[in-house]
Amino acid sequence: MILEGRVWRYGDNVDTDVIIPARYLNSADPKELATHCMEDIDPTFAGKVKVGDIIVAGRNFGCGSSREHAPVAIKASGVPCVIADSFARIFYRNAINIGLPLIELGEAVAEIHNGDAVQIDLDTGLVKNVTTGKSYQVQPLPDFIQEIASAGGLINYVKGGRA
Amino acid sequence: MGMTMTEKIFARHAGLDRVVPGQLIKCKVDLVLGNDITAPPAIKEFERIGRPVFDKNKIALVPDHFAPNKDIKSAEMAKIMREFAKKHDITNYFEVGRMGIEHVLLPEVGLVAPGELIIGADSHTCTYGALGAFATGVGSTDMGAAMATGDTWFKVPSSIKVILTGKMPRWVSGKDIILTLIGLIGVDGARYQALEFTGDGVSALSMTDRLTIANMAIEAGAKNGIFPVDNATLEYISSRVDREYVTVKADEDASYERVITIALDSLTPVVALPHLPENVRPIGEVKETVIDQVVIGSCTNGRIEDLEQAAEILDGKKVHSGVRAIVIPGSQDVYLEAMKKGYIETFIKAGAVVSTPTCGPCLGGHMGILAAGERAVATTNRNFRGRMGHVDSEVYLAGPAVAAASAIMGRIAAPWEVKV
Repeated sequence: MILEGRVWRYGDNVDTDVIIPARYLNSADPKELATHCMEDIDPTFAGKVKVGDIIVAGRNFGCGSSREHAPVAIKASGVPCVIADSFARIFYRNAINIGLPLIELGEAVAEIHNGDAVQIDLDTGLVKNVTTGKSYQVQPLPDFIQEIASAGGLINYVKGGRA
Repeated sequence: MGMTMTEKIFARHAGLDRVVPGQLIKCKVDLVLGNDITAPPAIKEFERIGRPVFDKNKIALVPDHFAPNKDIKSAEMAKIMREFAKKHDITNYFEVGRMGIEHVLLPEVGLVAPGELIIGADSHTCTYGALGAFATGVGSTDMGAAMATGDTWFKVPSSIKVILTGKMPRWVSGKDIILTLIGLIGVDGARYQALEFTGDGVSALSMTDRLTIANMAIEAGAKNGIFPVDNATLEYISSRVDREYVTVKADEDASYERVITIALDSLTPVVALPHLPENVRPIGEVKETVIDQVVIGSCTNGRIEDLEQAAEILDGKKVHSGVRAIVIPGSQDVYLEAMKKGYIETFIKAGAVVSTPTCGPCLGGHMGILAAGERAVATTNRNFRGRMGHVDSEVYLAGPAVAAASAIMGRIAAPWEVKV
């Protein structure tokens, strides 16, 4: 699958408390969570994000709490993929489990800026910055994780008798 | 080549002779935990699978985050969990009145034993490594799937060996050890890795100190924190755990990606400044910082020894007129013991409020939310932007001694400023 979208650029250590503040965790409704997505780091995000836009961030994206509400809020905002230098491990797991693909790009994220257009080929792991013309190749996901992803998330994977 | 503690627990639960870092494995779990925020989405996913629970004795459900219910929506979520527990006859559901903050409660009631493998839909599940178990936080979908299957997948982490030597000086506690470590390696310094604590310094640490240290392994990005099992561990579990368990010990020739040594004698109380737990400064280097609130409690520092340390400092003193001091015993047992020992009276006479067990203010839920521009010293675990309330409020993380001293002084203060 090929994704193309406009970049929302954030820095290092974007934590789950700013992705979805705990004051909104009295709901698990994805649409409601999306209306507060990124609120404490960027109050403009929820109002302006368009379906297909891509979040690009620095190191340790999604650190902190185990709240699955964080990748759920991002996905429900219409963002089909997050690119970061690196991801915190629980966030990574949660994103895979709910079907939000992540691209670990390493330090090359420094060459992607707010508002750039990026193209991502999820099958080959090729990331292209359309604005600058630069391309990056990342490792494809391990087979085990690809199986979960292709089943449409962990629950379908389990339902299919794979676990 | 030998294996680390974490590798040994993984190998046994995967039915393998050995595992190596990077290996993807499927493991049986000994306990699956959820709370009032994470369990409702997990239950929804569980029901999509359409199987019964794998073992009604191996699921723990604790309404602690927004409980006692802070609003109607929270009440609805707690109700989903309560009804699920009833429907599936879940043995370890802890209702308000019997519950505590999950990571204070579970070890206390004997649901954690050495060598066990525990997952919880809460990032601070790593607390249980203090008892020589492997424990890590997962999301709701992982929890929901594991409630049906009794297993889950892992990537075996590499390990960092943290050697603790010597003994802590007065007023230094487990909180200062883990904050010092996070200050050294950063909030992603152990990302995807296991932090294995060892060294002669471990034997001098109380279980409370170890639980505090393992609790904040996640704040360095770690998958888990784990301690060796010694006499203190065995004494702690002797009256709590009556099932069989298998203790693991790291091999002499186990492989570690990194070795860090911390001389406990050289430590001083520290504070993590906003807005990351890695912004650690010795108390002596923190410039004058006036505060509005102090929170003493949480899954990090809500145990009886934590309250003892705070009570020792607050005894006969008054909380500063500009400060709201909130003390939260981590469980009903901690509350009761604090009452018997006179700590509750000490806190109330000092002008602090004592709350029912709850995660409450730690995550900006309820029971002590900060307004714009306000500052808190808290014995909690995260000082991210907006964590305890308004996005323009600030949280300074510290141990119970610094928090109590700060409550009296109305500014960030060292314990020795108020008590010799």
